[in-house]
Amino acid sequence: MVASRAIGSLSRFSAFRILRSRGYICRNFTGSSALLTRTHLNYGIKGDVAVVRFNSPNSKVNTLNKEIQSEFMEIMNEIWANDQIRSAVLISSKPGCFVAGADINMLAACKTSQEATRISQEAQRMFEKLETSTKPIVAAIHGSCLGGGLELAISCQYRIATKDRKTVLGVPEVLLGILPGAGGTQRLPRMLGIPAAFDVMLTGRNIRADRAKKMGLVDQLVEPLGPGVKPPEERTIEYLEEVAVTFAKGLADKKITPVRNKGLVEKLTSYAMSIPFVRQQVYKKVEEKVRKQTKGLYPAPLKIIDVIQTGLECMASAGTSVQSQKFGELAMTKESKALMGLYHGQVLCKKNKFGAPQKEVKQLAILGAGLMGAGIAQVSVDKGLKTLLKDVSLAGLGRGQQQVFKGLNDKVKKKAITSFERDSLFSNLTGQLDYQDFEKSDMVIEAVFEDLSIKHKVLKEVEAVIPDHCIFASNTSALPIKEIAAVSKRPEKVIGMHYFSPVDKMQLLEIITTEKTSQDTTASVVTVGLKQGKVLIVVKDGPGFYTTRCLAPMMSEVIRILQEGVDPKKLDSLTTGFGFPVGAATLADEVGVDVAQHVAEDLGKAFGERFGGGNVELLKQMVARGFLGRKSGKGFYIYQEGSKNKNLNSDMDSIFASLKLPAKPEVSSDEDIQYRVVTRFVNEAVMCLQEGILATPEEGDIGAVFGLGFPPCLGGPFRFVDLYGAQKVVDRLRKYEAVYGKQFTPCQLLLDHANSPSKKFYQ
Amino acid sequence: MTSILAYTFKNLPSTSKWALTFCVRPLSCSSQLRASAAVQTKSKKTLAKPNLRNIVVVDGVRIPFLLSGTSYKDLMPHDLARAALLGLLHRTNVPKEVVDYITFGTVIQEVKTSNVAREAALGAGFSDKTPAHTVTMACISSNQAMTTAVGLIASGQFDVVVAGGVELMSDVPIRHSRKMRKMMLDLNKAKTLGQRLSLLSKFRLNFLSPELPAVAEFSTSETMGHSADRLAAAFAVSRQEQDEYALRSHSMAKKAQDEGLLSDIVPFKVPGRDTVSKDNGIRPSSMEQMAKLKPAFIKPYGTVTAANSSFLTDGASAMLIMSEDKALAMGYKPKAYLRDFVYVSQDPKDQLLLGPTYATPKVLEKAGLTMSDIDVFEFHEAFSGQILATFKAMDSDWFAQNYMGRKTKVGSPPLEKFNTWGGSLSLGHPFGATGCRLVITAANRLRKEGGQYALVAACAAGGQGHGMIVETYPK
Repeated sequence: MVASRAIGSLSRFSAFRILRSRGYICRNFTGSSALLTRTHLNYGIKGDVAVVRFNSPNSKVNTLNKEIQSEFMEIMNEIWANDQIRSAVLISSKPGCFVAGADINMLAACKTSQEATRISQEAQRMFEKLETSTKPIVAAIHGSCLGGGLELAISCQYRIATKDRKTVLGVPEVLLGILPGAGGTQRLPRMLGIPAAFDVMLTGRNIRADRAKKMGLVDQLVEPLGPGVKPPEERTIEYLEEVAVTFAKGLADKKITPVRNKGLVEKLTSYAMSIPFVRQQVYKKVEEKVRKQTKGLYPAPLKIIDVIQTGLECMASAGTSVQSQKFGELAMTKESKALMGLYHGQVLCKKNKFGAPQKEVKQLAILGAGLMGAGIAQVSVDKGLKTLLKDVSLAGLGRGQQQVFKGLNDKVKKKAITSFERDSLFSNLTGQLDYQDFEKSDMVIEAVFEDLSIKHKVLKEVEAVIPDHCIFASNTSALPIKEIAAVSKRPEKVIGMHYFSPVDKMQLLEIITTEKTSQDTTASVVTVGLKQGKVLIVVKDGPGFYTTRCLAPMMSEVIRILQEGVDPKKLDSLTTGFGFPVGAATLADEVGVDVAQHVAEDLGKAFGERFGGGNVELLKQMVARGFLGRKSGKGFYIYQEGSKNKNLNSDMDSIFASLKLPAKPEVSSDEDIQYRVVTRFVNEAVMCLQEGILATPEEGDIGAVFGLGFPPCLGGPFRFVDLYGAQKVVDRLRKYEAVYGKQFTPCQLLLDHANSPSKKFYQ
Repeated sequence: MTSILAYTFKNLPSTSKWALTFCVRPLSCSSQLRASAAVQTKSKKTLAKPNLRNIVVVDGVRIPFLLSGTSYKDLMPHDLARAALLGLLHRTNVPKEVVDYITFGTVIQEVKTSNVAREAALGAGFSDKTPAHTVTMACISSNQAMTTAVGLIASGQFDVVVAGGVELMSDVPIRHSRKMRKMMLDLNKAKTLGQRLSLLSKFRLNFLSPELPAVAEFSTSETMGHSADRLAAAFAVSRQEQDEYALRSHSMAKKAQDEGLLSDIVPFKVPGRDTVSKDNGIRPSSMEQMAKLKPAFIKPYGTVTAANSSFLTDGASAMLIMSEDKALAMGYKPKAYLRDFVYVSQDPKDQLLLGPTYATPKVLEKAGLTMSDIDVFEFHEAFSGQILATFKAMDSDWFAQNYMGRKTKVGSPPLEKFNTWGGSLSLGHPFGATGCRLVITAANRLRKEGGQYALVAACAAGGQGHGMIVETYPK
């Protein structure tokens, strides 16, 4: 039973999750100022309690770097030496952040694994001193307490956290391809029990304060306060400190014991875990599960299991030394470089580079209550944006409204919001069949059918009713915005907003600007996109923009591979085996075969032979027979309501047979198939940068990973070229070019990189 | 709703009552102003407005407020309301047929008597030709009943209206679960044995778990006591200050009771029990005893305890309101005018109980008065912490500027004019009946102390609040 709990807790683990940035930048302060003046910390004494406050200057967050560590130890030594002080409280003066973790730049700057190991060892030594402190130390947590921050907190004798939405605890190291290197792998299993510790460390998920209290990660909760005679958050932090001081006194006076009463289930679990045989089974099961999910592409989770196991089965000292050694090794892996790169890219893509718009968007109108339209509505009302949702039929509108409601209600079920908040948010949505109130809207997003003439008709209708300042954004995946804007009276207000389905789950938003789009229009759209919680890339207009353009040659290759007789299941396993979250054939089914056909034809016309390879006829025949993918129940696979297992669609055999191509044995090994798919993607992405569609490689990587599911462990096409080697990519392309021709011809920028090995997309 | 406390003052061993009556400690928040008030002249002679009927309170009564689960526990809400109505009839000798209309406030409704005003009026022998309705607005329900009466008279619809309020916390409607109710309703409609059996086969044991009336704010799911504790913390009100204020309330109430000042009480002969003639929740304790109590809501470090919160109370009140002309024509000597009033509302999460803070400056402005014009303050005391937080908020320029959209603070009321005959903390707080008690106490205090204007204010669930100016009737 216990083993199954441990496994169950892993069901949320996904190899393809990426650390979501909370919009912080982790700056590095090394070399900023002298060590003697304390820049990051200060402390005061309240009675016999020392209150140590973290407050790094010029930053929204506190991160653990060398400087802060030495200041901290200095202060702690003073506290331990001072007889007047009997206990201590650690708290942050920053609203919304306790300690957000170790400084990522400090890790990124490490040249060797020994260097990284040393960082881990230093932190371990510091936290061991805290843990063995005879004067009780209370961590008072408000805001993010992540990674090294949490490891700091769990080395204290007692933890108090505010029950605020901003307060999240977690060890997200695994999402950066490393492991909690400052004692987390050793202390968490002892604190939380083995199953919960595995869950926390392998998923890297954020834990809200109330959940943390239930798990035993924190000992007390403090309710956030409303306004008093000061701003609420300021007073909340003050109150947290007051409460923490009383608890620190209580601990010093031995009136409070830090021991927690465990529940029955917890007691049973910990009893079961005391049996070596059960433990072995758990390790085995967890490892199996992780291997299955990561397909061996991510080394960090396996090392975490290893380190936890060593810590529990051998001497504690062995655990800590293995921990720092593995930490060093992981920090040097390509995977961790790729994942950290994505993290940085994401931080970058969550910033508004275009400044504040002249007029804030207060009312948004959405045309079309289909899957996309309703999805956009959901992420908008969710953030309190007043939204009109217009459709042409009551049935279509009703479906869309229900989708929005369901999205919000799912949040209630997950206890992210209350049912009352749901109702209040849902009241931001107005469903309608006419253009009422459009004259008061600041932005219109159309999500109607992907057909240029329909888009033109809608644009003209809308321009007749909207005010002059109102922006018209088109949600299209391939139609050039320039062509849509051709019929507009004010093309400077026309822009593209390419959302990805499902809108509430997919983080990416691709914004497409034409030559005529004004800067203010872009600024306004970026502001709205950020408000909707999206990661943004801003690209130039062109057929397929960036994302669709990269996807098209890849899908073309996928069709050729299928025509060559590889069955969809095999192809799926090859692509997921390379790190794609969804197999290539399944992806086509999910996107919709008709959509894929549209895109393939449009872009085929625009780019000619380079986008050839597979025969579009295959898609045409599928559409003709109604195999549209998941939405019609049949595509490459057969989809049944309620059943997760999908079987191959045997009716496809005749289509495959009629379009069969001879396989070329010299480029049809499993590895070659994988690289044929990936290199075409990568080559096209680099070409987008070459042509100026993309402004930066960061945006290219973020777009590919967050929008198209490019393997996160490779960090995106540009990071992949850097880490894998441009020459090697070119060699691959040349090999396939020899067999298939032009479709694989490497682009100039890629050749440039191959020719001068010092050239990198990321310096 | 106010705090539904698991235990009440019963747990507080009361020590020597006499000794405590006079040892009210000065409160840290009680600032100043003692000297100035008496000599000042009013900025306005009267609040009468041209072309508007003057509306007067002829008199008001209440039955004793009792801790729930004591003498009233076997009664129904309309029994209490009836007793209050009978008391009013007896006190004023108003002929029943003169009463044009009756309106009552209540919060937790007894489903059988959802229009409790009508049931009580019929039972009290009023004419069956006198219509009656019931209003609800949490703890300011009877304030709403009174202002409804004011509106009806001012607009010339009626001349004589009885307003009141009632609450019986000894019994609350505990329902079957929604699933059970649904099954029972479906069973009613089932026609054949087969249909019935198939419905019954869906029965599960958890259908039987009852549904208790919500003790929490619906919008936030937070109990009121919890919110009060956070409010006190937000304004940095200490446990000691709260206990001191609670002790003051009980001591003041005890003194008023002993001196016979609580003349609005009418005795009530409870069927099958002795006649009740006194409030039974007034229990002055000592700071030491109160300090021993554990926090009731935010454990283990909160500051709101059973001793510094208002307790669950049964009670009813009623008041005879008339146009001045009518009252004089009938030969009455009214007690007071009901003047300007306001209702306010704000964030039900973080400012749930700050109603009086918002209502006070607004109603003063409306009436053209200042704080110094007010001789008597009668505020509803939900929690010590709430009252003290309200004081601090009223005394803060920062709060006024950032949350109330005002340039300056209104200032906190001088304590020597504030709830000097006790308050909800000590007298009790039957939700629906408290408003009338506040107004009639204010009127009685004005007469006794020779003041002219009183300010009545109260907070209510939902983040709402009420404020009203009461002007004494010239002698």
